[in-house]
Amino acid sequence: MSKPRTIIEKIWDAHVVHEQSDAPTLLYIDLHLVHEVTSPQAFQGLRERGLKVRRPDLTVATADHSIPTTDRSLPILDTIAANQLAQLEKNCRDFGIPCYGIHSDKQGIVHVIGPELGLTQPGMTVVCGDSHTATHGAFGALAFGIGTSQVEHVLATQCLLQTPSKTFQVRVDGSLKPGVTAKDIILGFIAKIGVAGGTGCVLEYCGSAIRSLAMEQRMTVCNMSIEGGARAGLIAPDDTTFQYIAGRRHAPKGAAWDAAVARWKKLPSDEGAVYDKQITIDADRLEPMITFGTNPGMGISITAPVPDPSLISDPLQRDSLEKALRYMGLEGGKPLLGRPVNVVFIGSCTNSRISDLRSAASLLKGRKVSPNVRVMVVPGSQEVKRQAEAEGLPEIFRAAGCDWREPGCSMCIAMNGDQLQPGEYSVSTSNRNFEGRQGKGGRTFLASPLTAAASAVTGVVTDVRTIL
Amino acid sequence: MKPFTNFESRIVVLPINDVDTDQIIPARFLKTTSKEGLDKQLFYDWRYDGQGRPKPEFILNRPEARDAEILLAGDNFGCGSSREHAPWALTQFGFRAVISTSFADIFRGNALKNSLLPIVVPHDVHQQLLDTVSKNPAVKIRIDLPGQKVTLPDGRAVEFPVDRFSKQCLIDGVDELGYILKRDQAIAAFESHFESSVDTLQA
Repeated sequence: MSKPRTIIEKIWDAHVVHEQSDAPTLLYIDLHLVHEVTSPQAFQGLRERGLKVRRPDLTVATADHSIPTTDRSLPILDTIAANQLAQLEKNCRDFGIPCYGIHSDKQGIVHVIGPELGLTQPGMTVVCGDSHTATHGAFGALAFGIGTSQVEHVLATQCLLQTPSKTFQVRVDGSLKPGVTAKDIILGFIAKIGVAGGTGCVLEYCGSAIRSLAMEQRMTVCNMSIEGGARAGLIAPDDTTFQYIAGRRHAPKGAAWDAAVARWKKLPSDEGAVYDKQITIDADRLEPMITFGTNPGMGISITAPVPDPSLISDPLQRDSLEKALRYMGLEGGKPLLGRPVNVVFIGSCTNSRISDLRSAASLLKGRKVSPNVRVMVVPGSQEVKRQAEAEGLPEIFRAAGCDWREPGCSMCIAMNGDQLQPGEYSVSTSNRNFEGRQGKGGRTFLASPLTAAASAVTGVVTDVRTIL
Repeated sequence: MKPFTNFESRIVVLPINDVDTDQIIPARFLKTTSKEGLDKQLFYDWRYDGQGRPKPEFILNRPEARDAEILLAGDNFGCGSSREHAPWALTQFGFRAVISTSFADIFRGNALKNSLLPIVVPHDVHQQLLDTVSKNPAVKIRIDLPGQKVTLPDGRAVEFPVDRFSKQCLIDGVDELGYILKRDQAIAAFESHFESSVDTLQA
């Protein structure tokens, strides 16, 4: 019998192109996703070397980061952003890559459109010049973010030099209580291991609580693997996965579908496979989570007080917490509940899919958002936007007093003018609360769409369970 | 890329843990389509006030930072996004090495591809360096990549890890793409039996 393998090892083994003792492994890439921010310098590199794109048929581009979320029929006022978006379309034309640009009906956040088009499939290696590429791991793919040099490598050769990561099993057992969501699982996990706890690792999420999540919730979990320091995070495919993919634009059809499913069913980790690290989380004990600080590891149960720096002995760690609380304008030992917020942002590659919007709408239906709060709802893609419109969600959001916008990364990264003003507080469904992430001087509390919607209604940080 | 040679330099100290790439270069500066001109945007929001004036207390604005080629940072330096603009900005400012107790994976890989050497040292050495530089900001240390060692001001040599392949690329001043392009036969052989799952060009 061969040695039992994890799904991570199985995908790795199936993509090894070349190995030699004095170099990293050359790994083949099944799908390369491209966007406007991390690709221009890579295309420039190809031009300087006179290289072509090796596999345009395994490459797809979209515009998401610097794109405005206002009326798309209007010109883009930011000329630098407009130039970057035009450059993406030109690069894709010149190199023969399909591009879902600003006026495409398939445009959207790169990690939203890959799955919805059926491009993301189990067993694949998927890369993108974006650290949230682990989102695609929800399908049982080995998906990770790369830098611009590596974008150029993959464009030119469809390969990457890689060294194997450690394997880290994250078991989440039990069932989530009402008001507790996939976002709370991942925020709870990162709060436990810290922002560097997964460094050097690929995570495999498993356990009954993960199995019972729908695909969009699994994407939310995998999406934030990088926030725990991990290169990637994945979930073994099952019937939930196959049902989601079936019938999508790029999904295999007919006999090819049956063959694909048979292949995908062999991917889950073998009985007895060994992981380098393991952790178990009890889903029954999870509460809605929220971050208080300036990295995603600084998270607490929404009912808990903000940690007190005076109780921390390590000087650098104490300094970090003090610095974070100073930036956030918070005091250790005090609760976050009841703190006024200025902005609520519902969107990003973490939480902008149709189920996220339904979740927020379920709470906002028949309610008004607080007059002190500006609420932005930004669908993840044109497809999500169309589906939401078919279900009447924009009417619910608008009636509640929210701003319903065009798809893009928007205020998650604040490159496109959607941003906080200095000192403002937001409850945001995005993935990063770094200093200035949502606008210079802005202060971010990361939370689920339910918590965000609840806080929009009350105007203060709110435990959604009190108004469900 | 220029070959990476041994050098001696003063040290800029940034004793903060988990410095993320949004601090190294804020996202609003990523709308550029060039690799150049990023040195002014390095640590922009820590370095300049709301009116764009240098904050005199920030380390990069202090005289001791001038011409220093080594940054000494806290744990998990470079966490967050995959933006290669972070090492571009650091090297354009003049840094050739960052010393820490740990680095985020993507940043470390990006740095190595841009002649910026990420050096991991044990906590006690890290603390010793912090103490030494705080007492005397003019001290210099020597970095020897072929020998994989940092020579501290007291003469002690401390070894650091670097993978063989990256080390050779840095010393030779070549990038990885050249190596991969030479593996064309292996790639073609792989593709001859590889069945792609999707065709993005399919209408």
